[in-house]
Amino acid sequence: MELICPAGTPSALRDAVAAGADAVYCGFADETNARNFPGLNFSRSEMAESIAHAHQAGVKVLVAINTFARAGAVNIWHSAVDDAVDAGADAVIVADVGVMDYVARTHPQQRLHVSVQAAAANPDAIRFYVDRFNAKRVVLPRVLSVPEIAAIGKEVNCETEVFIFGGLCVMEEGRCSLSSYATGKSPNMDGVCSPASHIQYREENGMLVSRLGEFTINKFAAGEAAAYPTLCKGRYQTSEGSGYLFEDPTSLDATTMLPELKNAGVCALKIEGRQRGRAYIERVVRTFRQALRALDAGQPIPTDELRGLSEGQSTTTGAYKKTWR
Amino acid sequence: MPLALAARVLPLLPLQVLLNICLGEIRSRHPRIFDRLGSNTGKRYGLEPTDLPIAFVLEPRRMNPRITVVRSLPSNLDARIAGPLSALIGMTDGSYDGDALFFSRDIHVDGDMEAVVALRNAIDDSRVDFLSESVLWLGPLAAPIERILRSIVGSPSAREEMGVGRGG
Repeated sequence: MELICPAGTPSALRDAVAAGADAVYCGFADETNARNFPGLNFSRSEMAESIAHAHQAGVKVLVAINTFARAGAVNIWHSAVDDAVDAGADAVIVADVGVMDYVARTHPQQRLHVSVQAAAANPDAIRFYVDRFNAKRVVLPRVLSVPEIAAIGKEVNCETEVFIFGGLCVMEEGRCSLSSYATGKSPNMDGVCSPASHIQYREENGMLVSRLGEFTINKFAAGEAAAYPTLCKGRYQTSEGSGYLFEDPTSLDATTMLPELKNAGVCALKIEGRQRGRAYIERVVRTFRQALRALDAGQPIPTDELRGLSEGQSTTTGAYKKTWR
Repeated sequence: MPLALAARVLPLLPLQVLLNICLGEIRSRHPRIFDRLGSNTGKRYGLEPTDLPIAFVLEPRRMNPRITVVRSLPSNLDARIAGPLSALIGMTDGSYDGDALFFSRDIHVDGDMEAVVALRNAIDDSRVDFLSESVLWLGPLAAPIERILRSIVGSPSAREEMGVGRGG
């Protein structure tokens, strides 16, 4: 199984390469990628230099152009595809069918991966992307159990990639409008979920209060682990008490599921976190490289090594086991 | 902490002069920081080591960046980042992940989050090693002074005990 690692900057890409990535995914510094955060991502020249560096080390680079093209401005997405191809990208990761069509027609030799943002969660949907656009791999949305992943793998004629670590979405990838509702900007169109420009933190009676736009997302008691100020992971007051209505603030950690994912025929394992620092990239990549070596050698895999890097400092196997309520 | 005692009793002006020399050096060696900051080069950042009786106001202007040493932060800031000195320095040299330090409550941020995120990403990409690069101008004395500074700030194992080690 390939280890697919995130990089938000050229330095992070170099650290991911050094730590044992088989491939690194990254994006341009604009709205074409779903991590369009301030100070993050790659200029055109940085992308070309970084791909050259990765290739020297035998590591692939996958360029995420995985937001949905805006009407009247599709040339932004088309030029991102053109520039990724020119830079030597080993694959482009795309969510929008229009952009996929552009890739297939304009760059038929370019390897195409279906982004998780496309939410292709069943064989029919995946076959559509394979048949129409010659997609070679699909990144499965984080809504499937391992038996479901295995069943899909048997029915489709392309590689499957799954997330094994990092932030979780609320099972509506590519369709979530919560951030758009609160701020007018969304991961799907603008590349930002809960944009920094709309976030406020303040200390209030010893508690950390996080707000997004006009909404209070959470109040953390002193010493309580904090989380991102996303609406899906907010703690809300209702007539029946307060709690996490949509999703707990926790990170995916599928370390214990690696043998089952291998048996399910998964081709590639993805680490989330292009918005994270080099320290996260280096440690998570190195930890999973060691885990995969142990798996291949038939040795026990160390677990729970990465809790300190996790949102809310807690982890879950998410939909892979579907043990929650 | 000896550094805290020194900061409490010594005048701030010499430290401010030294820090601005260092900032100028960092500016010339890491110009990409300013590209990544974009429009945030005009922001005023408050950096508050919670284990020291002083704080810093950083104005990362592309042409003439400036850092001011203060006893307490003024109110006219765009953003504030507070935490143990080791955590603040660890974020600059890539030892620690800023998000993990936030989750663990080792650092506190408030104000303009876009400015904070841009600064974090710009510094993280730059690979600036603040302690190492701030003493380069000392020539042959740089290495021993750097060792002393690192021992004062705290080793990784000491940071582990503080709870930030697991973050990165």
